[in-house]
Amino acid sequence: MRFVDEYRDRHAASRFAAWIARAVTRDWTIMEVCGGQTHTIVRFGIDQLLPDRVSLLHGPGCPVCVTPAEAIDKAIEIASRDDVTFCSFGDMVRVPGTASDLLSVRARGGDVRVVYSPLDAVDLARANPDREVVFFAVGFETTAPANALAVHRASQEGLSNFSMLVTHVLVPAALEAILSAPDNTVDAFLAAGHVCTVMGMEQYEPIARRHRVPIVVTGFEPLDILQGVAMGVRQLERGEARVENQYARAVRHHGNAHARALVEQVFEVTTRWWRGVGEIADSGLRLRDAYAEFDAEQRFGHVHPPAAATSECMAGLVLRGVRRPDECPAFGTRCTPEHPLGAPMVSSEGACAAYYRYRRSPERAS
Amino acid sequence: MSRLIEQVFLPAFANELLGRRHDGAVMEVAGLRLAMSTDAYVVDPPFFPGGDIGSLAVNGTVNDLAMCGARAVWLGASFILEEGFPLESLTRVTASMADAARAAGAQLVTGDTKVVPRGKADGIFVTTTGVGLVEATAEISPASVRTGDIVILSGDLGRHGIAVMAARGTLGIRSAVESDCAALAEPVLALIGSGCRVSCLRDLTRGGLASALVEISEASGREIGIDEAAIPVCDEVTAMCELLGLDPLHVANEGRFVAFVNAEDADRALAVLRGHPVSAGAHVIGTVGNAGGSGVVLRTLVGGQRMVDMLSGEQLPRIC
Repeated sequence: MRFVDEYRDRHAASRFAAWIARAVTRDWTIMEVCGGQTHTIVRFGIDQLLPDRVSLLHGPGCPVCVTPAEAIDKAIEIASRDDVTFCSFGDMVRVPGTASDLLSVRARGGDVRVVYSPLDAVDLARANPDREVVFFAVGFETTAPANALAVHRASQEGLSNFSMLVTHVLVPAALEAILSAPDNTVDAFLAAGHVCTVMGMEQYEPIARRHRVPIVVTGFEPLDILQGVAMGVRQLERGEARVENQYARAVRHHGNAHARALVEQVFEVTTRWWRGVGEIADSGLRLRDAYAEFDAEQRFGHVHPPAAATSECMAGLVLRGVRRPDECPAFGTRCTPEHPLGAPMVSSEGACAAYYRYRRSPERAS
Repeated sequence: MSRLIEQVFLPAFANELLGRRHDGAVMEVAGLRLAMSTDAYVVDPPFFPGGDIGSLAVNGTVNDLAMCGARAVWLGASFILEEGFPLESLTRVTASMADAARAAGAQLVTGDTKVVPRGKADGIFVTTTGVGLVEATAEISPASVRTGDIVILSGDLGRHGIAVMAARGTLGIRSAVESDCAALAEPVLALIGSGCRVSCLRDLTRGGLASALVEISEASGREIGIDEAAIPVCDEVTAMCELLGLDPLHVANEGRFVAFVNAEDADRALAVLRGHPVSAGAHVIGTVGNAGGSGVVLRTLVGGQRMVDMLSGEQLPRIC
């Protein structure tokens, strides 16, 4: 298929791998930020093509994984109401809160729908004026424009039965948090190409300068990742620390002005709690006051402040790249996709789920 | 599902035939070798491009018998109808069942119908049971799989799953993909009749190629290696899988099967299968490894390796 096959070409992949092997003179650790990139790496075995001196670390870019359990508890509480139709992206319905998940609400008779677009939830609200339709707005900058559009449209149409439970998070603040941690080992980042398609590259320039770290905006196909690693290695070997664009076929320097304006109009930056990581200033989006009537927290009560994690799940260490999923003692035994202890085992973007699906050694298979 | 089978059904009904966990049971009655299989169909929607719940229900059971090396002779069907299911839809379903049975050379000889109140079922559910005559002389089962056998896939993957998902109309995406729903008895019995040494056959249904291979690997106690570059997937299915974040190895099929064949017979087996329209796209996709291991290892398009896992739970779309 055009625009897919050429980015999965075996010969081109081995040429990139050979170039990287020749270029490397020291040990380097490169973190891919996005769970989609983690998925590509593990699904295609890209790390196996790289020389031993280049290690890939999996980053926090799985929105489902970093959504606090308390936000999911709130979603479960709302979805359990008789008057509510609760809409969510598919990934989110199996992620455990502190005691349950949205799929269990559906099994108990709750009206929980998996939708592919927040606009589907707006359509449901219009078609069912006697139901409260709530959309679970999870995600990074990638899903923010569509969510902003949904709120904007509901506002224009005066749909009083539509609201959004917002847990949006932002990438740059997460990179800052990782680089500022005392146990940080990241030498370079592969930034998430689709986030930059919306937001552009400027936000990353101060981070690259301040922390002396190359940031390569990278796509999601195998050759994108390999080229992104090659560009990162080239900068590291030359002692450079710039923001570079591997994903030029989709990312413009200033991003998508129209989408950014819409996000800016509907949302404002706020402090957010990241599951497994903790509170990060300026790391999320919430609805502006002008759109407060569409805020599910205004309508159904606020999300409880997160409590300290007591689970044996080490998702926080995995999300910051300090531990690999298979270094967790619960991995593949007490924690599986069917009985997850933490979100990274549930989401298809989660590093633990990717390792479970693609890396589990046969003798550990259940 | 496999946990349900292991923890509930197998202990409750424990017997030697069930314990083999094949698509159907093969038994000897008065010198005749018979195969029997049963399956329930709940596809939503009941009509989709390339087929309907009727052709699916007949072909599914005919295929399960074929995977035992048997030709379907008699079929039974029971229907659970939701009150208000249109009579003309039921007529369409029964007509396509009759067509499919005729094409397979089988007769529908017994049946039952129940009507349940509105809301207690989803339109129409069909269960079919089939009895067939076994034409294979050697045992065809995962236990017969040997190290060095090659794995042949009969055609491209994922058409049924994508056609049904698109036909539900909830994705906002139109698709030209038609279900691959088809009877597989002809190519399978021709393969067996050709003298090729066939150790195991499995039609690919809900869990896709991945589930079929993982099950056979576990049951045979051997690792199976497959090459992603050799697995055919058409552009339309690839595109939908990319859009929806699905793995074609996990997408449902209703007219595809894998055959485990002695490597020396590979060319002959491919020639036989390619002579039949439903398996014209047959390819060798892998080989069986040494005994003592289990699991399916995929050599990826770019040359890496990964494990292939069974689909766990419902296939959920990705966020981003």
